[in-house]
Amino acid sequence: MADIAFLLLIFWLVTTTIDSDEGVKRQLPPPVPPDMEQQEVKDGDVYNVRTNFRDELLVEKEVLSIGELKDGAKDFLIATGTGLLHPERPNVTLGDDNMKYPERQWVRKVDLMALEQSYIAAGQPKAAERVREKLIAIELFGSDYKELPGSALISLQTDRSTSYDLYLQVQNELEAAVNELRDELSLAKFNESYASLEERYGRTKEQSLLDKIVAIRLVYPQRISEAEPRDASQGYY
Amino acid sequence: MGKFKKKKRETGAISTASLPDIVFMLLFFFMVATVLRTEEEMVRVVRPEASEIYKIEKKHLIRYINIGPPQDKRYGTEPVIQLNDQFADVAQIRDWVENERLTLAEAEQTKMWVSMKVDQDTKMGVVTDVKQELRKASALKVLYSASSRERTN
Repeated sequence: MADIAFLLLIFWLVTTTIDSDEGVKRQLPPPVPPDMEQQEVKDGDVYNVRTNFRDELLVEKEVLSIGELKDGAKDFLIATGTGLLHPERPNVTLGDDNMKYPERQWVRKVDLMALEQSYIAAGQPKAAERVREKLIAIELFGSDYKELPGSALISLQTDRSTSYDLYLQVQNELEAAVNELRDELSLAKFNESYASLEERYGRTKEQSLLDKIVAIRLVYPQRISEAEPRDASQGYY
Repeated sequence: MGKFKKKKRETGAISTASLPDIVFMLLFFFMVATVLRTEEEMVRVVRPEASEIYKIEKKHLIRYINIGPPQDKRYGTEPVIQLNDQFADVAQIRDWVENERLTLAEAEQTKMWVSMKVDQDTKMGVVTDVKQELRKASALKVLYSASSRERTN
């Protein structure tokens, strides 16, 4: 009996792997249509991250180490919205001339209610639905909030000779920055970390949890854009 | 003299009756903790570490692209792409995506994940090319395979 069991065990050990399907998740952008127009973007609205063939980082025209990237990205995301939702977080010093930040704009309940009515009257239920999400967020936070302008994003440009390890670390740090801010906000407002909200929603599919998740995402959207690939040998350095 | 025989105490052999139970227990543990090896790995992949890990629950939706130096030195040391048990060219990726999509149920075809298992020392050039092809094939959900670590500071 034991022999048979051993045989089975060894067979299983040989034919299987302890394989975990985990990693950093990303949604690639759809292919760009050739006739798409270049969009005008304000200078401060883009956080430029570049990597080169020596695995060095150039962030907003400054050389940073990978350990500094997360805090830099966090500053970019909260710069003009501090003091609103995290009273305990110190303000980012905005005096630096080299660094420009996106200007967060107020999202106010009174404006939104009027906007929602106008969308409904115009027969645009989808747009009305998006306004509705913001109204729910204001209700959950208990106050108006400031949102990032639509053009604010983190732009990542990777050279073809950068190592994959650095690329993934950059992706990881940028995601960590957003996740940490989301956790912070979620703990302050809902006494629960954002990761735990998402995990519980995955199990229970409760609408109230989804509302909270959407509210936090409205304040801290994850917008990482990867530039169309360019080759350093074609001389853009 | 000699009237007292020294009594030798026999120690009984340890019962092995429970051995099968123990081995079966081990077997069941491995059956639960592992998955069947679906493909042979022809490239050497040392996965990078990351802290923002996402775990895919529905494993049947995942298709794998391996990129790394070949296991067999005769094929050189430059990173190559492996799709389903064979080396492939970047140009083949679009067809591969189409074929793999057809292996899924119709309702799930849009939910396909592409898991990229890329060696950490690979240069981004080949990875970028693969990503561009995936975009053209509209396989937009990508997982960069990584092992988990703690967040820094």
